[in-house]
Amino acid sequence: MLIKTDNNGYIHPASSEITPHGIYQQRRDLIKLMATGAAGAALAGWAGRDAMAQAVARPGKLAALPGARSAVLGAVTMEKVTDYKDATSYNNFYEFGTDKSDPAKNSHTLVTRPWTVAIEGLVRQPKTWAIEDLLKLSAQEERIYRLRCVEGWSMVIPWVGYSLAELIKKVAPLGSANYVEFITQADPKTMPFVGSRVLDWPYVEALRMDEAMHPLTLLSFGMYGEVLPNQSGAPVRLVVPWKYGFKSGKSIVKIRFTDKEPRTAWNKAAANEYGFYSNVNPNVDHPRWSQASERRIGEDGLFAKKRKTLMFNGYEAQVGQLYAGMDLKKNY
Amino acid sequence: MTPAKALMHPRAKSLVFVLALLPFVWLIYGALTDRLGANPAEYLIRAGGDWSLRFLCITLAVTPLRALTGTPALARFRRMLGLFVYFYVVLHFLSYSWFDRGFDLGEIAKDIAKRPFILVGFAGFVLLSPLAATSFNAAVKKMGARRWQMLHKLVYLIAGLGILHFFWMRAGKNDFAEVFVYAAVIALLLGWRLQQFLKRKRLPSMIGRRNGLSKQ
Repeated sequence: MLIKTDNNGYIHPASSEITPHGIYQQRRDLIKLMATGAAGAALAGWAGRDAMAQAVARPGKLAALPGARSAVLGAVTMEKVTDYKDATSYNNFYEFGTDKSDPAKNSHTLVTRPWTVAIEGLVRQPKTWAIEDLLKLSAQEERIYRLRCVEGWSMVIPWVGYSLAELIKKVAPLGSANYVEFITQADPKTMPFVGSRVLDWPYVEALRMDEAMHPLTLLSFGMYGEVLPNQSGAPVRLVVPWKYGFKSGKSIVKIRFTDKEPRTAWNKAAANEYGFYSNVNPNVDHPRWSQASERRIGEDGLFAKKRKTLMFNGYEAQVGQLYAGMDLKKNY
Repeated sequence: MTPAKALMHPRAKSLVFVLALLPFVWLIYGALTDRLGANPAEYLIRAGGDWSLRFLCITLAVTPLRALTGTPALARFRRMLGLFVYFYVVLHFLSYSWFDRGFDLGEIAKDIAKRPFILVGFAGFVLLSPLAATSFNAAVKKMGARRWQMLHKLVYLIAGLGILHFFWMRAGKNDFAEVFVYAAVIALLLGWRLQQFLKRKRLPSMIGRRNGLSKQ
């Protein structure tokens, strides 16, 4: 993958940067529409989306971290945002216990300042970043993403952060960097369950370079207009909305660029259940349960039928082309 | 009042009944007042499974406790406790069928066929049904004590299935701490029975004289 840097000469566009024919055609149609004067009506609906867009209320628990509404395609779903209380009391963060109520109870011990994130591996600019500098690296955006857990439940979370691509461009990966590995905090002094035999610590996740560069892949510092609560992965975490939640590492301390596919935490623990890609896919079941449907936390009542899970968690239009030609049953 | 007398008290059975019903009352109350956390469906399904295993352990503990402490009065509670195992198993299965599968029989059947851990749990439920159905006195009479007892020995197999079901369910997360606690309790309770059985085989006359009360 080619990354634009100051000292590069002429660069060919990556295939992902070339406008697909369908989208190109849509633009032509839009121009035609404008020419016929029908655009007024069509654009009213578009403008309406913004007007109707929900204002996310700040819970008023932590320091404010405002973000401008993101302009990235698909980055702002119109679905009802999950209650802050549910989003912060029902978490998987095994460093603080395996029960979903454990992280909220136990994560107060996590120390988030000072905090650094080391950039290592196949990059031109290896460096240890202080969290304060990372926060300022790019403009903070608000993105409302669906979050689908591999366990069959989902939420809608208003994250605050910026595309991971912004950081990747700054650190300039070498041509040989094919994967990005995310190593998360594993401090037995502040994380009581580090050392339990459930997983290999530290918790490690990884993405293919093109996945990491996708604009929807978010380096997140906050949610609901405030800094991240500890149980949600303070002070900095990843959010990859088209993959099962466990792919989005919490409390990241190291980002390493590698040429080989890294072994990830859940893949090491149970390779037959958790693949490297772990894209949300209603057609590929987990060995112990179906992935065809999900329960939206706080919304689908006890007696409501579960809702259908969408391919790539509903982000197929944005990320489907990353997996063109791949057998997703094999590469689960 | 001595403990033995308390156990024989006419109200003792009602008291145990009410106590055994408390988890159920709490679950209903919690569901109605939104106190079961962010995912009440999951909470109910898991609580049903947990209480099934707990009552299974309590029921299996009755006979060893009775023999070891010499309190025959404990036997009065065994049938009711056993029926509570079935009650919570049914609750567990119904909440799974309803909240997880939306009572779609095709979906449930597919799930049972496809997933070993569900198959094992379901098998336990099916095997437990005839035990619950033959729990009244007339059934014992009609079947004859021997055959009745043979049938009810199935509970040992059911206990194994229950543990396996729980083990498999937790296997994906390598999270066996709780599983091991239940497995250890059940192993202890079944181990005691095995030991008694072997003793009886070796020394039939002695056991018969010393321990005439605990034949089952």
